[in-house]
Amino acid sequence: MASMIIVRKAAISFGKEKVLKNIDLDVNEGEIFGLLGPSGSGKTTLVKMITGILEGDQGEIFIKDQKVPSLELMKSIGYMAQSDALYQELTAKENLEFIAAIYGLKRQERKKAIQEVLEIVDLTDHMDKVVKDFSGGMKRRLSLAASLMHKPDLLILDEPTVGIDPVLRQSIWSELRKLKNNGMTILVTTHVMDEAEKCDRLAMLRDGYIIACDTPEKLKENQKVDSLEEAFLAYGRNEK
Amino acid sequence: MRVGAVVIRIIRQLLRDKRSIALLIFAPLLVITLVWLVLDGDPYEPKIAAENIPAPLEQVLQNELEKDVVQMSESEAKEAFQKEDLDAFITIKNHVPYVLLEGSDPTANSAVMKVIQTAFSSLSDQKNIQPDVEYYYGSDKINLFDQTGSVLIGFFVFFFVFVLGGISFLRERTQGTLEKLLSTPIKRWEIVTGYLLGFGLFTIIQSFVIVTYCVYVLDIWMAGDFWQLLVVTFLLAITALALATLLSAFANNELQIMQFIPIVIIPQAFFSGIFNLETLAEWLQVLSKFMPLTYGADAIQEIMIKGKDLVDLWQDLLILFGFALLFYVLNIFALKKHRRL
Ligand SMILES: Nc1ncnc2c1ncn2[C@@H]1O[C@H](COP(=O)(O)OP(=O)(O)OP(=O)(O)O)[C@@H](O)[C@H]1O
Ligand SMILES: [Mg+2]
Repeated sequence: MASMIIVRKAAISFGKEKVLKNIDLDVNEGEIFGLLGPSGSGKTTLVKMITGILEGDQGEIFIKDQKVPSLELMKSIGYMAQSDALYQELTAKENLEFIAAIYGLKRQERKKAIQEVLEIVDLTDHMDKVVKDFSGGMKRRLSLAASLMHKPDLLILDEPTVGIDPVLRQSIWSELRKLKNNGMTILVTTHVMDEAEKCDRLAMLRDGYIIACDTPEKLKENQKVDSLEEAFLAYGRNEK
Repeated sequence: MRVGAVVIRIIRQLLRDKRSIALLIFAPLLVITLVWLVLDGDPYEPKIAAENIPAPLEQVLQNELEKDVVQMSESEAKEAFQKEDLDAFITIKNHVPYVLLEGSDPTANSAVMKVIQTAFSSLSDQKNIQPDVEYYYGSDKINLFDQTGSVLIGFFVFFFVFVLGGISFLRERTQGTLEKLLSTPIKRWEIVTGYLLGFGLFTIIQSFVIVTYCVYVLDIWMAGDFWQLLVVTFLLAITALALATLLSAFANNELQIMQFIPIVIIPQAFFSGIFNLETLAEWLQVLSKFMPLTYGADAIQEIMIKGKDLVDLWQDLLILFGFALLFYVLNIFALKKHRRL
């Protein structure tokens, strides 16, 4: 299978703190890839490096065989940050219109795209509401919608379902699966184990290294445990 | 066009934020009005005392003042100065008229001098006699309002655009939207340009309202052309905006934007002509050459007080434009901190 993302020997430090030490990672085209790791392990840092906002001290990152960072690549990446990046004074629709215009969508496409993404995140009824008045989960969903606007080849989601109820989380995951089936590659960071379970493959990030990378089933099998949680803890112990 | 998208977004945002628009437009009006009330007000009626002056002089003075000239001695007058209930004392010393001004209040000083000058010029035989003028407090260098009124327009435009522009750009960073924006293919110059244009539109409105208000409502001294004044005010506002967005890169929250005020704004006010610079140390005068407000205020003053044209002021305008351009370019570089491309 062709690779969508290739990370080679990536390292980054903030001041004296070495956050990522030596990261190698391959994400295949058309899979949902999960990045799992405790708080502060550098998940956000790594995905920012992959989008090209942050640059590491060492190593290289390629997306579709093009070197990151590249403005050209950014056209085909959708990024949803961990904290909602929305204009509080604008309505949901206006926020999406802005992002659509930034990605250069034509007026006609824009309207259609907005309708589509709002349906995916179930916000069609609230599109004329000012974001300031949104609940936390609604903002999260709108952020997701904003990252889908331009139908990216690669979707990068940093903890997308925080603050979203189980029912909606289910429906968002089924939408993600649909997007995947249409050929989108999805990289998602998460804390939630049952969400990690839904990924095609998973990487576990710890102490600046990827300590394991495989399908959820294989990860459990290798450690001879029943749940991902246990697998994760087991890998962590082995590392020490 | 991505710049257009940024411009439209900023306009929409600001239109929703009524308080910020009020701050941008009405706060300067309010402050300028307050200053005007304090400094302008009704024509001041000076209190003048005299001793041993010729009857004809006393007569014309009384006509001018529309009330009697109080008779008192010089020492009594000085006492009255200390109690702040006299503005000037006139007498004849060595056959020359002698005027002693209380001197601490520029408004009173000029009112007294106006009365005395008119009085002397109406005494036909005294035409070429100039009175000796001395100051009890202060000196004739104090001449505040003559210079301030026009400069204040420049200052307040600069001040409020700076605060608002700085805070909005900062918010772009703190609420994460800048990062989101930088994950899209937008170029750094497109962000900066969109920002300056979007906000710039509001500063045009702001400049227009302030200038109209000062000229037509407050009836400030205006010898020059309205539209030319507007051009200068707008150029000054854009410079303030570019400086604000640049400096907001070095602030982490709203309070830190406020901390730039004493460092960046207040010194400009001091050195830009609100106060007379000629008496200052040379190095301080040199300092003022590095401040955009110096040129903006000077141009505004030249237009309003001396009625000059933009063509006469090309140097000021060029330098101001240079500042704006410099800040614009530095802005694009400052964004590199957040994304190299
Ligand atoms: N701009 C920065 N300056 C300094 N340190 C930083 C910066 N960004 C991240 N860090 C540090 O890098 C480490 C990893 O942060 P990161 O946000 O990538 O963690 P994370 O895995 O996403 O955590 P969480 O699950 O809580 O979101 C943390 O220790 C954090 O303090
Ligand atoms: Mg994170």
